[in-house]
Amino acid sequence: MTDALLEVRDLEVHHGQLRALQGVSLTVRPGEVYAIIGANGAGKSTLLRTIAGLHKPTTGSVWLDGTDVTRVRTDRRAARGIVMVPEGRRLFGSLSVEENLKVGASYARNGPWTIERVYELFGWMRERRGQRTAQLSGGEQQSVAIGRALVANPRVLLLDELSLGLAPVVVQRIYGMLPQILATGLTVLLVEQDVSQALRVASRVQCLLEGRTTLEGQPGDLTPDRVEAAYFGLGHDPGSEDSDSGGGDGGQPVPSAGLPLAGDGADAEGEG
Amino acid sequence: MGWVNAIIQGILTGGLYALFACGLSLMFGVMKVVNLAHGDLAVVAGYVAIGVITVTHVPVLWSFLIVVPVMAVFGYVLQRTLIQGALDRGTLTTLIVTFGLSVVIENALLQFFTANSRAIGTNLALVRGSFKIGSQIQIGYLLVVIFAAAVVVLLGLQYFLSSSNYGRMIRAVADDQEAAQLSGVNYRHVFGIAAAVAFGTVALAGVAYGMYSQLDPTTGTDTILLFAFAAVVIGGLGSLWGTLLGGVVLGVAQQIGAQINISDEVLAGYIVFLAVLVLRPQGLTSRRSQS
Repeated sequence: MTDALLEVRDLEVHHGQLRALQGVSLTVRPGEVYAIIGANGAGKSTLLRTIAGLHKPTTGSVWLDGTDVTRVRTDRRAARGIVMVPEGRRLFGSLSVEENLKVGASYARNGPWTIERVYELFGWMRERRGQRTAQLSGGEQQSVAIGRALVANPRVLLLDELSLGLAPVVVQRIYGMLPQILATGLTVLLVEQDVSQALRVASRVQCLLEGRTTLEGQPGDLTPDRVEAAYFGLGHDPGSEDSDSGGGDGGQPVPSAGLPLAGDGADAEGEG
Repeated sequence: MGWVNAIIQGILTGGLYALFACGLSLMFGVMKVVNLAHGDLAVVAGYVAIGVITVTHVPVLWSFLIVVPVMAVFGYVLQRTLIQGALDRGTLTTLIVTFGLSVVIENALLQFFTANSRAIGTNLALVRGSFKIGSQIQIGYLLVVIFAAAVVVLLGLQYFLSSSNYGRMIRAVADDQEAAQLSGVNYRHVFGIAAAVAFGTVALAGVAYGMYSQLDPTTGTDTILLFAFAAVVIGGLGSLWGTLLGGVVLGVAQQIGAQINISDEVLAGYIVFLAVLVLRPQGLTSRRSQS
């Protein structure tokens, strides 16, 4: 376990009375792209937000490079290298593109990423740096959100639902940037409803269902049947992790090929 | 000529009202705190100035250099403790807490300084002096200086918000607190900075009013807070230059009212205030002009 950069141990998170996560653990090693998949309400975003410090866990802990950061405030975690691109982008609407990046760089660690470098990564951005972010398209806004996180020079970059509300072509293009980002030595933990996209980019995948881990492994080792079973909880007890059954399903589409972008995990229940 | 004089006086008084209002507007724009103790804090600043002048014998105008930083530090501390504590329990709680603060301040002032009214620098040429244009129009130096000070303060605030690091962070936190935290920004500290700036303007407003008129323990809620509210609402919430416009409109309305009948001065101001609320509730400048 010493080589873990980010570790989550036995996390349990409640939203009021509701248990959003239960007994979730994960270990992210340096340089990895770790993907959390799962249906709507499976607890993916809650997990990411807890790692970023926006939710307080009931029990369990979050460790960064061997240090317990469970009680560290969100902004301090960011300064230590856990930086999140939040769901829905959440740009500062009254600020220009460049000002958004400057805020991201306010408490940056030392590292390879600068505003200049972000402009090189996203070619269009330099020219439009003076514009309000409200004038940008969804994909452009997402790029600014990623840039704002990158300039903080994170050790672990948390990406929450990058594909949400974006056209498939745009999603492809944004995920196409990932290799260049990883080349600078970052580690990525991402949450994605678009399973096929997640499986394409990830070196390790974990599936959540109703707040519990139902599957974990490397994309190459996972058959579409197993992913589907874990995603929908078909023929499968969400509590037991050792299931190897492909699930006695009927004519459901195979998730890795057929799951839509967002919001259609209607078979899974639970909120979170 | 009486009307021209009224309008000129009204415009100049608007500068004073803008000084009252800009801090209130800033705190609401950034933290969504409606600071009901705003006026009382201005009065406190005035009393602090009187104390500083009495004890250290500094020239009256130099007292700003002490009072403004003192109030700014006080603002930071108050924000980080009492007001943040209220904010953590919900925006409405801040209304109750600042209202309570207002009551406490007013009664503490009554207790320690009696109900007697006080003025600042009454023997200064600046405060007493005036110049004439023609035979009808007489303009006090002080109002001109206060108006100029208000413009300088607003220019300074605008520059601070649009160009400094802290200003950028203040706008970011006002937009999205959570996203700011994710960028490593400690929003509580940024709130504290915004409160410090707001309290600095409150200090100027209090001392300016002490020189222009008189301060007593109830001036804060009777006059300063209400005029500040009116100026903010007329000008448009969250708009910096709107507070100057609002202040000027309020001032002119009052002076015109006074021209008609001296007892209608305050009433005329509130009639305009109500008219704006009914006809243009977003204020005369509806867009934010902070950046």
